[in-house]
Amino acid sequence: MSDKIVHIGCAAGFAGDRFDASLPMVESLAKHDGPRYLTFEVLAERTLAIAHRERLSNPDLGYSPFLDTYIKPVLGQAIEAGVRIVSNMGAANPRGAARRIKEIAREQGLREITVAVVEGDDLVNAIGESEIRAAKTIEGINIGDREILAANTYLGAFPVAEALASNADVVVTGRVTDPSIVLGPLIHEFGWKEDDWQRLAGGTLAGHLLECGAQVTGGYFADPGFKDVPNLANVGFPIAEVNADAQFVVTKPEGTGGVVDERTIKEQILYEMHDPASYLTADVVLDITGVELVQQGTDRVAVSGARGHPRTQTLKATVSMDGGWLGEGEISYAGPNARKRAELAARVVRERCHDIGIDLPLRVDIIGTLSTFDSIDGELRMRDDFPDDGDYRVRVAVRAPDRETARKVSDEVLSLYCSGPAGGGGVRQQITNRVDTASVLVDRTRVTPLVHVL
Amino acid sequence: MSTTTVRLHELAHARTGDKGNRINISLIPYRPELFEILQQQVTPERVLKLFAHRGADHVERFDLPNLKAMNFVIDNALEGGVNGSLNLDGHGKSLSFLLLSLTVDVPPSLVTG
Repeated sequence: MSDKIVHIGCAAGFAGDRFDASLPMVESLAKHDGPRYLTFEVLAERTLAIAHRERLSNPDLGYSPFLDTYIKPVLGQAIEAGVRIVSNMGAANPRGAARRIKEIAREQGLREITVAVVEGDDLVNAIGESEIRAAKTIEGINIGDREILAANTYLGAFPVAEALASNADVVVTGRVTDPSIVLGPLIHEFGWKEDDWQRLAGGTLAGHLLECGAQVTGGYFADPGFKDVPNLANVGFPIAEVNADAQFVVTKPEGTGGVVDERTIKEQILYEMHDPASYLTADVVLDITGVELVQQGTDRVAVSGARGHPRTQTLKATVSMDGGWLGEGEISYAGPNARKRAELAARVVRERCHDIGIDLPLRVDIIGTLSTFDSIDGELRMRDDFPDDGDYRVRVAVRAPDRETARKVSDEVLSLYCSGPAGGGGVRQQITNRVDTASVLVDRTRVTPLVHVL
Repeated sequence: MSTTTVRLHELAHARTGDKGNRINISLIPYRPELFEILQQQVTPERVLKLFAHRGADHVERFDLPNLKAMNFVIDNALEGGVNGSLNLDGHGKSLSFLLLSLTVDVPPSLVTG
């Protein structure tokens, strides 16, 4: 076995993650020899649906709206240090993203850079809309004649590796499985084959642990007095040091906050996992039941023992549809008898909605009692006896097919100002367009990933 | 042997993940020797009861003796899933702490984080 180590960092775990996490990461990566990669995972299902709409109105757009924010601060340093960037920020328009990144390099006076794109995830192009509408969804949702905003197949890591083989400085993809942006570089560096299930499993596990950024390094973890995390405000994002057998160490840049230990790894290893013996991706079926963790000094945990089984014949695709409108309104009641005034406000809104002919399911929370844990019927709130005095906030929510109805319900909270119980204050209203998603399985022979170099 | 009743929060940590209208919650004891006690007491039936008010209709528990951890997969607890739910926390991310509010009986010597 060669002693080659590949360093891969993940500087964003979702669209909207810390914008400056990449800076200490690139500094740290620059100190190491050998292949080094900086990845950003920024493509939520909703983001992709919006991106498709954007591209329809302007063919140059449709890539991640955060592209500039993530790429600009770090591109120069990464290029100079020879750190290659891999990201799914191509969204609905990887070529548009590639053109924009090349333009940023020019604006910043960097050398001419090469950007490779991975395409082919658009399922409408692959199999056509009518077949998608007829497909059986995993959730049992009927797509029928609903407006399809986007349909994208989760491609695997091999097209990412192929894109890296072009010697591109940056690779941008559309929809690929989240671990692919980490597994792709490993396949490229170590030459793993499509049926090398054990190593693909190890690389997939590295990707799975990194894909949510700081969630493995002390983010989303702190519980004061039980799980304390030093310097959470400057939490470091994860770096994996991976060997040719797909064993790896998870760590983070020196001088950053956060913590990497067995607890943080265990929480993230099970994150969004169902059967731990059978985690399905486009490239392999991962089994984590035999994983071993060893703390190797401060903020370093060695991970080994991932097992792999042959990949399935199908790929998963997500179909996004228009999901109508969410209407929300909130108002606060505080001080003596606040809970009873809040309960009265809740009853008034329900009665008003009934009177104006809105018979959609309403959710009415009283924040400060039990709301987040509660059911739509407020079952827990009724069960428990909360103090009458306090600081309570009524929240009303409805899902409506049209914007106007969502607005009407929200306005019933606004009118509590002058027509509701005494002392209501601080109304906020929000009307949001929603996206519904459904998953379908498609035979992998129907989908052709494409690599294009710009 | 005498036991004391404590919330899981004293003994273990947890994290929720979601996919559609299905969530998973990991349960990881701070001390490895608690794993078997939690296995005995934190049954899928008890967890289903804890989430029943949300419409949960099925709970499956996967045990990972190697990692000394458990994984609960809970169906239909999001009242319509990430996109459909009217809950402020449509993903159910906070629900790991609902699981941690469940109580168990353990020897006093095993309590302390």
